[in-house]
This record gives sequence, structure tokens and C-alpha cells, in this order.
Amino acid sequence: MNIHEYQAKELLDKYGVPNSPGGVASSPEEAEKVARSLGTNNLVVKAQIHAGGRGKGSFKNGFQGGVHLCKTASQARDLAQQMLGQTLVTHQTGAEGRVVRKVLISQSVEIARELYFAILIDRATSGPVIVASTEGGVDIESVAEHTPERIIRMTIDPLLGLQPYQTRKLAKLLGMPSGEMRQACKLFANLYKLFITSDCSMVEVNPLVVTKGGEVLALDAKFNFDDNALFRHPEIQAYRDIEEEDPREVEASKSNLSYIGLDGNIACLVNGAGLAMATMDIIKFHGGEPANFLDVGGGATEQQVTDAFKILIADKRVKAILVNIFGGIMKCDIIAQGIINAVKAVNLPVPLVVRLEGTNVEAGRKLLAESGLPLISATDIDDAARKVVAAVTG
Amino acid sequence: MAILVDKTTRLLVQGITGKAGGFHARSCMEYGTNLVAGVTPARGGEVFEGKIPVFDTVHEARKETGCNASMIFVPAEFAADSILEAVDAGVELVICITEGIPVLDMMRVKAGMAGSNSRLIGPNCPGIITPGECKIGIMPGYIHKPGKVGVVSRSGTLTYEAVWQLSSRGHGQSTCVGIGGDPINGTSHLDVVQMFNADEDTEAIILIGEIGGTGEEEAAAWIASHCKKPVAAFIAGATAPPGRRMGHAGAIVSGGKGTAAGKIEALQAAGIEVATTPADMADALLRRLARA
Repeated sequence: MNIHEYQAKELLDKYGVPNSPGGVASSPEEAEKVARSLGTNNLVVKAQIHAGGRGKGSFKNGFQGGVHLCKTASQARDLAQQMLGQTLVTHQTGAEGRVVRKVLISQSVEIARELYFAILIDRATSGPVIVASTEGGVDIESVAEHTPERIIRMTIDPLLGLQPYQTRKLAKLLGMPSGEMRQACKLFANLYKLFITSDCSMVEVNPLVVTKGGEVLALDAKFNFDDNALFRHPEIQAYRDIEEEDPREVEASKSNLSYIGLDGNIACLVNGAGLAMATMDIIKFHGGEPANFLDVGGGATEQQVTDAFKILIADKRVKAILVNIFGGIMKCDIIAQGIINAVKAVNLPVPLVVRLEGTNVEAGRKLLAESGLPLISATDIDDAARKVVAAVTG
Repeated sequence: MAILVDKTTRLLVQGITGKAGGFHARSCMEYGTNLVAGVTPARGGEVFEGKIPVFDTVHEARKETGCNASMIFVPAEFAADSILEAVDAGVELVICITEGIPVLDMMRVKAGMAGSNSRLIGPNCPGIITPGECKIGIMPGYIHKPGKVGVVSRSGTLTYEAVWQLSSRGHGQSTCVGIGGDPINGTSHLDVVQMFNADEDTEAIILIGEIGGTGEEEAAAWIASHCKKPVAAFIAGATAPPGRRMGHAGAIVSGGKGTAAGKIEALQAAGIEVATTPADMADALLRRLARA
């Protein structure tokens, strides 16, 4: 799950991680009020959407840039006026863009140095690792590629956690003078605490800055949370903004389905994540484009299958549907009944190719055959992929 | 004698009184697995299916029945604790089927298990089967057939797909191991490949991987210099968009790492025959055998 920048700042504040002072606003009046309360004439107004590239983006009303510097509260108000309710298009949003519903107003700081600091789970060591660099404010992947010697990696013992000596070592490796060291150590320790306590899968501070005044601040922080742990974090769940999500994915999540929207026109309904990925792959291999990843899981009910099918049918870009089931826990007759129910409720606007194998396969095939649905049956995964691609192209 | 499980395995099911736990405990018994005990806290003294004793703790179950393998069906929020309980009781093989366990829980479990004599398979896995002898997991038993091919995979249904292709071409399996789709798990591709390499009953190996992590690359590097047996492989997720988690918590391409292309390249460099599509897994192994 992703969160907004203003929500990230709330989390940082809660855990005592210093960042630039600021507040969020949903109206120009509120923006002016927040700006005034900051008591500074170095302000920045930032559009709050989940996508990156906001500074270089442009609004559909012609206004340029989702990040602006300004000097006064009334300027902040005018900027908020230009952004709020408007659609911002960046290189990450796609052509449709995202509607800006909130803006962040914060103090812009004078930066002396920009650093990079991240905590994530390292699969190789099965524990947390800190990745840091003296090269902040830029794309860390390219730093890693061109100047790998400037990337610091520090493994953290999963049971001991981040130790104070490690924070001191990091501060020195990042070139902090003795005067800034204590601040930096405290920031690292608090950020680690936040990472563990909130079940993050990644926290990335880019840039971590040292200001001209000698303050160490987490200027921009990006969080990823472990979806499997959200059940024990109602405070993080409350940050979810479904306006920022693909409506198809929101609908699927209501039925507890694992769905990811893609750009193609062949919808897939598969059981098991591995087989679902492999089904996308074989569609592409035969020259088709998948419209989605959809894993109905092992224990799906008839109702979930019906819901899944409705989501696929509702997607206007879908020109054909492929059902690929290898029943293990999932019984083929349950899938068959779910398909029949869904199609009866909404009609079948596009060709449907079905491949069933595994537990209760005979019962499932019988149900489909007796239903009279105009479906194309396939003998195996290869046959199924060829037939569904032919249905779209032919 | 295949690997990890056989006729002599004495199985415990943690979470046996739950719906899924009960259903699959029964199906394992029907397959012929020697189920000796169940555990559900506060349900000790009950009897499952008229003959299997249920205990409150794994410690008691181990003492009373000598169980040496456990299959875990406990809900995700309690599963990490159940794994540690089985390890503490000295159960040699712990197979965790549960999916959706928080990654930080698994991080602590893995660190806590270091130095113990137990092996963890999973979590978020279909389990393990030695066809004709012992099934511990949720796979449909009837698609398997005793034979000489070892199968190791991160994905459940993709394993069934491979097994189905093998069985329908007349090739049985020695043991099939689902290692699970989570970023932190107990047993790696490499661990299982090493066991297959040392196993007299296994003559060839199918390795099924997916995007994310570096487990397939590590196995490939070892196979290149140590493996005596022919290997075929398939990697799922070649068309997955970067930065999106494809169902499994571990299936994600991020920061240019864990791509299907990188894994396929590493496997091919190790002399492994890589299947072009998921329909080609058994045929890829047959091509590899023809080349040997």
C-alpha cells in the first residue's frame, strides 16, 4: 500500500523523525491559513497524488508543474487554487492523469548537502538492510550502476535491531561532521523504529538533507507497507486513498481477489499466482496482450468467482476472456458454477475460452456443457492461449 | 527413497479442527499418509475422524505420538508462533501452508530457527509429496505418479501443471516440493536441488521459479558446477510490469532486480533447458534428457 506525502510527514512527526514543517490543505483558504501558520517566507506548495514526477507534470487546465515555490501566504493560496480539483498528468500517471484533492504547504529549506537513506527487507539475508549514499536527490539506481562505491549497505540483525554504534558508523560513512552526528543518529534510530513498528517493506528518504543551518532533515520520504500486516495497523489502513487506485482493483479487493489491471484486451481468470503469471506469459507468447492478472486463490467461493467474472466483463477494453483453472484446493465445479451465475446475470459480451483441469474436473465440464453457454473449451494451457488469441485477432 | 518424506513419516497437523486443516488432513490420510496427531489449543482430548488424537500443544503431541513432520494450517496472524512451537518441540520437518504471514514475522521466525534441527518448508506453499508414499499438503494427489523426476517450485498450481505434463507423458516423480511464494521462506530452490542431487531415486529435476529475489540464480550457479543430473526450468512472470506485486508477496520486479530475463539467462548459462512457455515444462526436460 502507498500513502501520500503529507501522510508520510505525519508518520515521521509521530516517530520523531525531523522533516520540514508543513501542513495539508483541501481548499485555497485552508492553504493560506497553513502557509501563514508556518511563519516563513520560504514556502513550497505541492500537489498530493501518489504518482511521481509532479514537479515536471502539467495540469489539464494548462497550469504547469505540481510543485511550486512561493514567498507569501496569499501566493500559496493562489497556487492551491490553480491545483485543487484539477487533473495533473505526470510521466507516471498515464494520459488520464490524477485529480488533485489536497495540497501540501511546507517550509522550503536551504540545502547544503543531499543524501540518500533507505531501509528495506533483504531477501538474501532474510533481514533488514540499510542502503545509504552521499549521492542524494537523484535516482539511486543510476548511482548504483555508475558509482557503486558510493552505495553503503549495512545489514541489521533481525533479532538485535539497529544498534547505536551502527547509527554512528553510518553517520560517519555519510560524511557527517561531529556536530551533526547526534541528530543524524537519532533520525536513523527513529526511522528504524518506525519501519519495524509499522510493518514497512520499505522506507526511502530521498533526499535526506543537511541544511545550511546544520539541521538534518528527512525532506521526502516514501513508504511501502506489507499488505499482509495491515490487519494489525488500523492507523495505516486509514491512510488508504481509493481515489488513487485503479477502480478495477478497488472492486476486486472488495471481493478479496488478487487483481492487477494491465493494458491489453485479453482478460484472464486463473487460480494460483504462479499459474496466473504464466498464463499472462503464454498469451503474450502467442501474440496477445493480457488485460489483467487475476488470481482467484485456492479457497475461492462461488460468489467470489462470480464477482471476479463481473469485473472482467465490466472492463470495456476486454475483447475475450480466458479461464485457466488447475484445481487443487479449488474445485472445478465451483469455478464452473461461478461462471454460469455471472454470465446469466450480465450476458456474455465477448468470446470465452475455458480450460479446466484437476479436482472435480468432470463435474465442472458437465456443468458448463449443460449450461448451454457459448464457450470455447480448450484441452490444455497452450491450446487455451492459442484459442483466446485467435478469438481477439480473428 | 525420495527426499524429505516417505512411508515412515509420522504427520501432525496444526490447526486440524479448522475447516481447511480438517479437509486437507483427511485428504492426506486418504492418500495414505501416516497421520498420527492434531493440535488445536484448548481442544485437547478431542478425536479427529474417530481415531486421530488432538492435543493442546505440539510438545504433548510429539511426546505421545512421536510425530516427525508437521503441516500448519493456522491463520496468518498466528502462524509464525505455530512454526516456532513445532521447532521448539523438535519436529524435524515443518511445512507451513498458510499464506499471508507478515514478512517481519517470518524474519523473526527464520532468525529464531537458526541452529535448530528443524527444516521449514514454506510458508505460502502447496506442501510436499512423494507419490505413492506420503502427501503433506493441498495438492491433488491423483495427478502424481511414482517415478524419477524431482520437482521444486515457488508456485502451487504451476507445480500441478508440470506434474500433470510429466504424468501424462509417462514420467513419474520422486518428490515434489513447493517452497512457497513469500520473500522470506524456510527452504530455497538450492536446498532442494542439493537434496535431489544426492538422492538415488531422483534422475532428473524440474525447477520452477518466478520473478523476484535471486533464489533461481543461486540454484543455477550451484547446478553449473555441482549438479550431476539433468535440469529443466521455467520462470513465470516474463510479462509482469515492474513494481507490481503479482499475487505472491515475493513476486515483484523492483529496482531492475528479479526479472524473468535475468533468471532465464542465469539458468541457460548453467546448461539448464528453459521451457519457452508453461505448456513446455515436461517437454523441456525431455529435450534436456535427449541432449545428455
